[in-house]
Amino acid sequence: MFARPGLPRFDYVQASTADEAVTLLQDYGPDARLLMGGTDLFPGLREGRFGARVLIDVKQLPGMRQLDHDDETGLTIGAAVTMNELARHPVVQARYPVLAQAAGTVASYQIRNRATIGGNLCNASPCADTAPATLVLEAEFLLYGLQGERAVTAGEFFRGPGQTALRPAEMMVGIRIPASPSRAAARYLKLGRCRSGDLSLVGVAVCGFGNGDGRHAFRIALGSVAPTPVRASEAEAHLASQPAGEAAFAGAAEKAMAASSPISDVRGTAEYQRAMVRTLTLRALRDVWAQLLA
Amino acid sequence: MTTHAITVTVNGAQECLDVASNTTLLQMLREQLGLTGTKNGCEAGECGACTVLVNGEPVNSCMMLAVEADGQEVLTVEGLAPEGRLSPLQEAFVAHNAIQCGYCTPGMLITAHALLQGNPQPSEEEIKEALVGNLCRCTGYVRIIEAIEDVAQDGAAKGGQ
Repeated sequence: MFARPGLPRFDYVQASTADEAVTLLQDYGPDARLLMGGTDLFPGLREGRFGARVLIDVKQLPGMRQLDHDDETGLTIGAAVTMNELARHPVVQARYPVLAQAAGTVASYQIRNRATIGGNLCNASPCADTAPATLVLEAEFLLYGLQGERAVTAGEFFRGPGQTALRPAEMMVGIRIPASPSRAAARYLKLGRCRSGDLSLVGVAVCGFGNGDGRHAFRIALGSVAPTPVRASEAEAHLASQPAGEAAFAGAAEKAMAASSPISDVRGTAEYQRAMVRTLTLRALRDVWAQLLA
Repeated sequence: MTTHAITVTVNGAQECLDVASNTTLLQMLREQLGLTGTKNGCEAGECGACTVLVNGEPVNSCMMLAVEADGQEVLTVEGLAPEGRLSPLQEAFVAHNAIQCGYCTPGMLITAHALLQGNPQPSEEEIKEALVGNLCRCTGYVRIIEAIEDVAQDGAAKGGQ
């Protein structure tokens, strides 16, 4: 009577403990998928990009929706905290603005109410908006498996498109970000085909620390322009070796461009993306520096 | 495939339902409760035709399982006009001809309703930003934005609300 396109068949299980979740992952192997916000999972199932006999809902597990901040130890974010929760959280906005900005650029308002930071990171799309932010914030990801919990740095986590350091039957339960220095500023600049709502063609995250007294540091990470989100370490070293300013920023932007290795696709050519890495890096550095001097 | 007994509040009424694991919230609303105001569009979280409020926040109901709505409060476009009386927002859509084919309208109304609840006097930019996830393929955006601005100004004239 009704058209029923819907979703393929699967069983839904709400895990009541993390151990139950990873045991199910172990038992079902590739036939099981974790369910967080579902914003990547459901399109994937509908398009047949992957299958699942069982979906394990883990977003209700203790701590998964929690966000804790301490001036000494920093920020701990449950893996199921949503993009909108991050984007509008006063502490994230004030102390970790690069993450609030990045989360606020993801897709649409409706999607951001469901999409989680853990899902964004674990799907490991090269264009995941929160990934460059975790790199410049030097975050650690808390992974839970049958042997218990371990921490992996953001830099070690991303291995390739859709590839991460997660082992079989392991899941991300949280993100830990070190305390933010008091004089810090940040900017995430995202270029899409339209101003809002698109996947990024280029994402540039910049954090700056210090002020005009000569002791300053910048961290730069790039999204969408390599098989994984990447830190632009040579650009950072370039900035550390000389006084901050227009000349240093221009040189760093060149080095950031050199750190990128985009491919041409339906959203833009490699040449365009490379040029935009340089432009956005320059703009983000100027902006962060102006904030630090203000 | 397993089914799940859930209790969900829809437009203020408590519903006890058995839902299959793979039933979306959208399918539950349309097919089990007969609330066909909410539309099925792209099924990929792009178009927003299926937007409903869950605990006051807009989500794409094609991208959420019915079983995940257990214990939650859902508002659909039918809930904007209890007893058939249109809300001021709906009246403004009518007055501004903010409707062409009408397929996007329920989602537009729900998203705009949520926006105005949180921000009774949004700027044009804020309205556009809120509507990023609602596509109108007739491209009637200008009148939709004008209708929402009208309600916002009306609210302002009445001292908020």
